[in-house]
Amino acid sequence: MTVGSRAPRVAVVDYGAGNLVSIEQALTAAGADVHRAVTAAQIDEPDLLVVPGVGAAAPAMERLRDGGFVEPIRAWVAADRPFLGICLGLQLLFEGSDEDGAVTLGILPGRTVRLEGAPTLPHIGWNQVERRRQHPSFAGIAPAADFYFVHSYVGAPAGPGSDEVILAETEHGSRFVSAVARGRLLGVQFHPERSGSNGLRLVANVVAMAAAATTGSAA
Amino acid sequence: MLRRRVIPCLDVANGRVVKGTNFVDLVDEGDPPALAERYALEGADELVFLDISAAPEGRGTLLDIVERTARRAFVPLTVGGGVRSVEDMRDVLRAGADKVSLNTRAVADPELVTRCAARFGSQAVVVAIDARRIAAPDPAIPSGFEVVVKGGREPVGLDAVAWALRCVELGAGELLVTSIDRDGTKSGFDTELLREISSRVQVPVIASGGAAGPDHFVEAIRDGGADAVLAASIFHRSEYTIAQVKAVMAAAGLPVRLTDEEAAT
Repeated sequence: MTVGSRAPRVAVVDYGAGNLVSIEQALTAAGADVHRAVTAAQIDEPDLLVVPGVGAAAPAMERLRDGGFVEPIRAWVAADRPFLGICLGLQLLFEGSDEDGAVTLGILPGRTVRLEGAPTLPHIGWNQVERRRQHPSFAGIAPAADFYFVHSYVGAPAGPGSDEVILAETEHGSRFVSAVARGRLLGVQFHPERSGSNGLRLVANVVAMAAAATTGSAA
Repeated sequence: MLRRRVIPCLDVANGRVVKGTNFVDLVDEGDPPALAERYALEGADELVFLDISAAPEGRGTLLDIVERTARRAFVPLTVGGGVRSVEDMRDVLRAGADKVSLNTRAVADPELVTRCAARFGSQAVVVAIDARRIAAPDPAIPSGFEVVVKGGREPVGLDAVAWALRCVELGAGELLVTSIDRDGTKSGFDTELLREISSRVQVPVIASGGAAGPDHFVEAIRDGGADAVLAASIFHRSEYTIAQVKAVMAAAGLPVRLTDEEAAT
């Protein structure tokens, strides 16, 4: 998949937490031209914006503010540009987090809450992602396929429009939302970059969708 | 449903896998990234590198192999050994690891667990507990299992169950529990030790030490309450493949992740 004659461009927001090598490599394997952005100014005309991350909401929001990312991310999603949020990068899209009381981006309705009734916490390991509806990001991936999770909190869509954003659910003591999609926004609670061939397939689908969006809007 | 994990562990020194393997078709079976990729393709749910480099120059080499592994094996990677500070942990994660495992350093400096968890989240901090049964009753060791360090040679006067609870309070997101009595004996995991700990903590417990066959994996989970099982030699020596172990686990009714090829058949 290319955009015209070039590779799809992907910006990965680097706000200082953890391993970025795996997501960059998964995107590269999908044929993308990947760059890291430590500040918003370094987001260089991508076809896809990726916010990865693990950890707590409050320090992450602080680093996003320091990097000048908050308004650019809101504007990007508001313009329905291709966006992928992973784990904390999904949770931050909601209005706030019960983990530490942080006010988060408020792009999706609802809050990040503690996983209820979990037999083990953190929820660490491979678990089934059960889709509620079809979505091109999961093209070629078996129903209820296993993906890798590592988290204690989950984004819980609530309020007007919340039901439509739910793409997939997973069971760990209780059912929780493991993927959301609205327009060209995709958010996943699991780590596709650590989910073997299923994860690589999903990342490749997302890159292809982003390239098609750019090609379509340019035509 | 959450799958029970099977985790091969590679001992690494100065950039090389220390214990030999039987993968005759690997061009370089001593190269950690090559072996890691092989295990990932065979169905390893995670990988652990235990760095046993004696010399400090081994560290740079370790970061290099972590990065080369992250570029080839798309399953989670934990690095144990040699992490002495938040900065060490940052370097290992930045190179492409997802978690670190703290052992002797956590005993010597328990607050290190808290500092690492505060910076990178509990989910990235595994505390490894090496334990052995005490020979005679000791009021300081009410569970009958004591913590040992330095490869099991040195007791530190801590009760293993009390230490496990303390580690969770400090911020550990997982516990890797090794029975030094069973390690290398091929007599199975110490399910009593595992149960003592897993029944008292909410974090996942990874069982280690003593695996000789697939039935031992089943026992660690069913009887020991473990969430995951770590093993080294039975995979390295090709006594069993990961798929064979998982097939026995599945037959025993345990939820396991099958690879795409297996799921398709």
